[in-house]
Amino acid sequence: MGIEVVVEGLTKSFGRQNVWRDVSLTLPAGEVSVMLGPSGTGKTVFLKSLVGLLRPERGRVLVDGIDTVSCSERRLYQVRRRFGVMFQDGALFGSLSLFDNVAFPLREHTRLREHEIRDIVLEKMEMVGLGGEEAKLPGEISGGMRKRAGLARALVLDPQIILCDEPDSGLDPVRTAYLSQLLIDLNAEIDATILIVTHNIQIASTVPDNIGMLFRGDLVGFGPREVLLTSEQPVVSQFLEGRRIGPIGMSEEKDVATMALEQAHVEAGHHDGGTGTQSRGIMPQLDPTPGLPVREAVQRRKDRVMTILHTLPARAQQAIMASFSEADRARYLAGAPAAAEAAGPHPGAGTRP
Amino acid sequence: MTAEQRAVPGPPPAPSGPSAPALEPLAPLTVPGLGALRQIGQFFALAITVLRMTFKRPFQFREFVEQFWFIASVTILPTALISIPFGAVIALQVGSLLQQFSAQSFTGAGSVVAVVQQASPLIVSLTIAGAGGSAICADLGARKIREELDAMQVMGVSPIQRLVVPRVLAATCVAVLLNGLTSVVGVLGGYFLNVYVQHGTPGAYLSSFAALAQLPDLYISEIKALIFGFLAGVIAAHRGLNPRPGPKGVGDAVNESVVIAFLMLFIVNVVLTAIYLQVVPAKGA
Repeated sequence: MGIEVVVEGLTKSFGRQNVWRDVSLTLPAGEVSVMLGPSGTGKTVFLKSLVGLLRPERGRVLVDGIDTVSCSERRLYQVRRRFGVMFQDGALFGSLSLFDNVAFPLREHTRLREHEIRDIVLEKMEMVGLGGEEAKLPGEISGGMRKRAGLARALVLDPQIILCDEPDSGLDPVRTAYLSQLLIDLNAEIDATILIVTHNIQIASTVPDNIGMLFRGDLVGFGPREVLLTSEQPVVSQFLEGRRIGPIGMSEEKDVATMALEQAHVEAGHHDGGTGTQSRGIMPQLDPTPGLPVREAVQRRKDRVMTILHTLPARAQQAIMASFSEADRARYLAGAPAAAEAAGPHPGAGTRP
Repeated sequence: MTAEQRAVPGPPPAPSGPSAPALEPLAPLTVPGLGALRQIGQFFALAITVLRMTFKRPFQFREFVEQFWFIASVTILPTALISIPFGAVIALQVGSLLQQFSAQSFTGAGSVVAVVQQASPLIVSLTIAGAGGSAICADLGARKIREELDAMQVMGVSPIQRLVVPRVLAATCVAVLLNGLTSVVGVLGGYFLNVYVQHGTPGAYLSSFAALAQLPDLYISEIKALIFGFLAGVIAAHRGLNPRPGPKGVGDAVNESVVIAFLMLFIVNVVLTAIYLQVVPAKGA
């Protein structure tokens, strides 16, 4: 099973430029989380800080009890073996073939025989749809293929935490959908904790259990998917609808005059660039491909969300309740008022009639 | 009004690409010269880490052999081609000087000391830094900006142990071995010039070899080559591991690595020579 990642008060600057400050969140064990944010808000920096590639000035990142911000280099290398990271454009070794790239972690960290390595590598490459491409060099394949090869390499050591940096960039919507399905299937199979950093709404609305958003150096929020998807915060709704009206501008700062002018344009009939409010609302989450085991994270998440339900906004509460099946309602509500039930840590255990 | 101009509706270029392009890990520079001190500190830290990791298992033997072969293949011919005219020009200079004292028979002695003690380790290290070091720096720099090194670190493999140690050791070993070749070729170049151009006598040239030169000259020559090779390797690796972002950053890093290595080699050469002359008295003194 995956392990929990706890981030406490993380602050990172480059020189005088602050990237984000005081970010606190918990990636729940075995669940899929997405970190959204406009370009240039430090999503990649956040991801790199989790694995200790960048060292934030303040705060802690606890992985299995080890703080990757302040621990020694040696401990860091140990902790990193629990991670599988898919970089933005694959970060494959240019001098090695795809096969050798994917086999690299196995050859470095295990004493497997060559035919065992071969079996694992071919299986993972088949999984990401790269069967038969083993002999090619990274320079000879497309960006999407490099990305998938990077994912295969991140998976060979069966990581407990998988971090994906913009898995969708450079992929068409269909391939993005396949990749989303692949990540959900992976979660069902190995129950790893997954964090996806992206600005793709398609992924954000169908894949994760939890969504967070970074904007202008702050964590706008992090919580169950329903919270952000139903949020009325201007930043969040602008981002999800992809329109120009709102606090996010083309450059980092957007002044009041610009906002007023854009508003005037829209009122005069100019298109705001967005997809409209009908693209909002909660799409059903992806299920694992039929035939695979059920995602254990789903049940764990329901238990967890029910304990914090009373702290969530009303719209999110409604959305969560609406997503429950009859069986869930019987399990959690059992005829009693929702708030009372929600307070218990394991409501399912004792209250069933 | 600038706000109006900025807000003119139109198809803006999609803000795609890396999500943090403008963010660059630069330390805050408050005092002039602090940046340089930091670089020097990083350089020594890297040198010590390389030494420490040399003895850490598993040693990357395959990478070492490949790099050794690569550095040797790009440096052997240039060093030989440089050392022939270099030996010749020393013989020419020393020969014409000594001729004025009617001591032409000591030409061999002078050129052997000059070639073995000074010219040979410098020629070797210049070609190692220029041909081998620039390649090392470009290779590491390209890997760095394409996030290959990050990926390697995330996979729990230290790029210093995996990539830098074999390269630095290869540069060092090639420098030591090549130094022997360069000394021989340089002395031969001097011999041919003296005998065939200046019409000196072969016997006098050869018999005067031992007049000034002594065995410690060869030792210091090899020690210099060892240190220079190591320095050239570490400088190249240091610049390669810390390039500014983008392809231009790598280009600049290669440029810097060669310039810094050249400067460093001559300074260190002065220090080593001064120490050597104090410790080992000249022959007959």
